[in-house]
Amino acid sequence: MRLSYPTDIRIVRVPCTGKVDLIHILRAFEKGADGVSVVGCMEGDCHYNSGNFRAKKRVDQARKILDTVGIGAERVRMYNLSSSEGPRFAQYAEEMAEMIRELGPNPVRKTLQRENHQTGGER
Amino acid sequence: MIVADKKPLEEIIEQIKDCGRLLVLGCNECVTVCEAGGKKEVGVLASSLRMFFLKEGREVKIDERTLERQCDPEYMEEIRNVADGYDAIVSIACGVGVQFTAEHYPRQRVYPGVNTCFMGATEARGLWTERCQGCGQCILAETGGICPVARCAKRLFNGPCGGSTGGKCEISKETDCAWQLIVDRLQALGKMADYERIAPIKDWSKDRAGGPRKIVREDVKE
Amino acid sequence: MKTKTPSRLEKILAAGHLAVTSECGPPRGSDPVVVEKKAALIRDHVDAVNVTDNQTSMTRMCSLAACIRLKQMGVEPVLQMVTRDRNRIALQSDILGAACFDIYNILCLSGDHQSFGDCARGQNVHDIDSMQLLQTVRRMRDEGKFLGGDDIGRPPQMFVGAAANPFADPYEIRVPRLAKKAAAGAEFIQTQCIYNLEKFEQWMAEARDRGITEKVYILAGLTPMKSAGMARYMKNRVPGMDVPDEVVQRMADVPKEKQPQAGIDMCVEAIERLKEVKGVAGFHVMAIEWEEKVPEIVERAGLFPRPEV
Repeated sequence: MRLSYPTDIRIVRVPCTGKVDLIHILRAFEKGADGVSVVGCMEGDCHYNSGNFRAKKRVDQARKILDTVGIGAERVRMYNLSSSEGPRFAQYAEEMAEMIRELGPNPVRKTLQRENHQTGGER
Repeated sequence: MIVADKKPLEEIIEQIKDCGRLLVLGCNECVTVCEAGGKKEVGVLASSLRMFFLKEGREVKIDERTLERQCDPEYMEEIRNVADGYDAIVSIACGVGVQFTAEHYPRQRVYPGVNTCFMGATEARGLWTERCQGCGQCILAETGGICPVARCAKRLFNGPCGGSTGGKCEISKETDCAWQLIVDRLQALGKMADYERIAPIKDWSKDRAGGPRKIVREDVKE
Repeated sequence: MKTKTPSRLEKILAAGHLAVTSECGPPRGSDPVVVEKKAALIRDHVDAVNVTDNQTSMTRMCSLAACIRLKQMGVEPVLQMVTRDRNRIALQSDILGAACFDIYNILCLSGDHQSFGDCARGQNVHDIDSMQLLQTVRRMRDEGKFLGGDDIGRPPQMFVGAAANPFADPYEIRVPRLAKKAAAGAEFIQTQCIYNLEKFEQWMAEARDRGITEKVYILAGLTPMKSAGMARYMKNRVPGMDVPDEVVQRMADVPKEKQPQAGIDMCVEAIERLKEVKGVAGFHVMAIEWEEKVPEIVERAGLFPRPEV
């Protein structure tokens, strides 16, 4: 559709959001991601029946953990839309990016950058 | 199996927040089945703790390892070469594993990552219920295979009590009355006459009351 | 029938009279006057007074102490003892304590779960259950022996009772359970309060068929309703209670200020009807926090004065 959406979003494609495990979400933040959105099919329309319900539960678990460790539950969320809804995808992407910009960088980044600086390279 | 539940993350953080080098140690048996302390849970806990420390601005080494079991010396030895690299180990095995880890590695602080609750079975994914309290003298033959020690809130041997209502225990509508289950089973087996046998007073000395227990098998000892 | 103990309650029953007992709950404090006042209201109208044991798991003055107070004022107590709070050592010990003060009646119970009371986080004991407690008291009395096998100096002389609920679940075991209690050593039974007279009469018929009424004295439990609200509450919210619609209706049909009297009338009528039931050996009138009405109920039911034995 050649719609534009923010360039600071990295897309990871999965066959179904049910493939996204809790650890994947957490690792992203551990490595410095500022936000994670899990984008799946409309509820009831999952191609694999209930993959998106599982993803939703895992997103909820991730939110709790992120709150407890002080990174913030708002940085991860789940969106549901059908695969043909290009404009909506772009809209959600913009919405999320805007919210994350307002929240600021992931607090672990400072420490990660300092460590990079100290070890002089990529971790 | 032994059924445990994850400790709240806040509680674990409170215990380990002063550590500098941490090992999260899981177990591949019971706690894996009840999704509290297996390899997956090790990964999640380690990641959560890393984020906590990173946010605090500290560099803390957090490693992950899952042993086959934490209740056998052979498996506990597998981390012998690396243990001194840590000042603390968070064992997310059951209480047995946590203690065995502490016994084998007295120079490391060992913390529990789960609350060990009971011996039970999987009724469905995400639902585990208590079945056995290890009383040391199994009477299941007399009660149609349903244990009143583990499943009756008052561990009555000649139940039910007057609080049994509609097959549920007086403490909660969600808890089955063990004695209703036993009566139903005796009926189904045509053994209602057994109901009127008065069960004798229990010997609790074989249970926890008699002190920490041990079993010695001369026939298999080396 | 011969009596085995000096219990007045046993004597009355053995002589073939309809016995009358009532109940007294100790206070949530140490004031003896509370107990004495309640007992004074009913003493001439009953043969013995039950003292409850930390009922609904609310911590109260212990039953034993209250029983001693009653004994000291010349009222015959029935010591209620639950297995929830004491192990077998303490149970036997308290039985001897009661016997030391010549308390001649005991009612053996399991006790409500502690989660109902003020110490929901406490342990429960249930070292032995109520059935086994019956056996224990009988052994202490009849064989003069402790559970451990040693001889007891001056064994207790107690008339032993148990509770029964003719309306309890599971349905299949309502009478087998009664039979079990008799076999375990119960000599008298006090039932849960009865509102469904028909069901109770059925239960009694089955008990008679099995010969249980030859072995135990069954006292029918009754509690007068104070209001239609109470009737509805007991119907819907109290486990093991069978309150027919007609009972609730009768209370509701009467204006609020007349309801207490209707409750008492129904209680008296129940007694009159149950007097005719073969095997009913007496009545256990539980008028909790309404003890002052017991005399009226007993008198109108033609059970006053109490017989001399």
